[in-house]
Amino acid sequence: MNQLQNFTKGFFKENAVFTLLLGMCPTLGVTSSAINGLGMGLATTFVLIMSNIVVSLVKDLIPDKVRIPAFIVIIASFVTVVELLMQAYLPALFESLGLFIPLIVVNCVVLGRAEAFASKNNFVSSLIDGAGMGLGFAMALTMLGAVREFFGSGKMFDMVIFPEQYGMLVFVLAPGAFIALGYLIALIDKLKKA
Amino acid sequence: MAKTESTLVNMVLALLIITAVAGGTLGMVYKVTKEPIAAAKLAKQQKAILEVVPGFDNSPTDEVYELTSQEGYVLKVFPCKKGEELLGVAISTKTDKGFSGEIKVMVGLKPDGSIINYSILEHKETPGLGSKMQDWFRVEGSKQTILGMDPATAKMTVSKDGGDIDAITAATISSRAFLDAITIAYNTYKKEGGKK
Repeated sequence: MNQLQNFTKGFFKENAVFTLLLGMCPTLGVTSSAINGLGMGLATTFVLIMSNIVVSLVKDLIPDKVRIPAFIVIIASFVTVVELLMQAYLPALFESLGLFIPLIVVNCVVLGRAEAFASKNNFVSSLIDGAGMGLGFAMALTMLGAVREFFGSGKMFDMVIFPEQYGMLVFVLAPGAFIALGYLIALIDKLKKA
Repeated sequence: MAKTESTLVNMVLALLIITAVAGGTLGMVYKVTKEPIAAAKLAKQQKAILEVVPGFDNSPTDEVYELTSQEGYVLKVFPCKKGEELLGVAISTKTDKGFSGEIKVMVGLKPDGSIINYSILEHKETPGLGSKMQDWFRVEGSKQTILGMDPATAKMTVSKDGGDIDAITAATISSRAFLDAITIAYNTYKKEGGKK
């Protein structure tokens, strides 16, 4: 597999949300608007890239039996770094994502890539894999957020497209997240086969 | 490089090093971000004060004092003065009656107790419903607005409960909680005789 494929697989072929169905908690929880989805996606991307890099660098030093706790500590550290940085420099975004940032620690995508990819591959491949998977995740979250924001409140990235009272409130609430995600998965699946 | 064996010494050592490095890094980041985080919080507070009691020229955050409400909440009161005259107070109040947890509101009261303005500081209400609080209770020319109301004469409950204020459509619980927070601020401030 060349590096280009390694990068692009995260977008469709092995997209964390649409194909692997990993990381559903933040996916359904934060995507009430496109900007929230993008923010969460990019935060996860950062953690994913950094943890993939570090895991690939130290993989030979970590004894097999303690690799999972070691990975968790590495991931948790980067999540805390993101949380602190966001709180300091992007307080508005931190407010809307709030609770979900610490939950990146238990996002299966991050630990999954550390275990399945970074612990077996070199530094460069792991970096590219992290970037591809992360941006694919961010793309999926942004798409889902955009769909829900559009149908739910008639906006797209906070730009008003139609008046809010005609929006279908259900899309902003939790059930709408499931419905929108279901249709998006079906659509992406169709496109992948075509 | 050969893979490290899973012996006890190696495992303990590996985890020790990783946690130590992680701890050190976090300590550093914490130190670097401590001030910007405090500044961001303060800026938000100041913006909220400016919004709810405009036109002061003192520094309310320096003259802040605390009042304890009947419910046992410690409320911060920021006196806003122009020259020597007290324009009003910005009170950071809260309630735990929200639909999902605490709601924190900054409310500006004139010295006589009537409401100047308010600003939502923190809430976990349903997006698209309860989260409309920030705009709902200031729509003019309707039964929605609480701006300019004097809780001494007006009934500070939603119209469903016989009050003077229309609740947010489909978010009565959030509306009740919001009014509860305002009422707590008013009662506490009045009980203390509106001093300063």
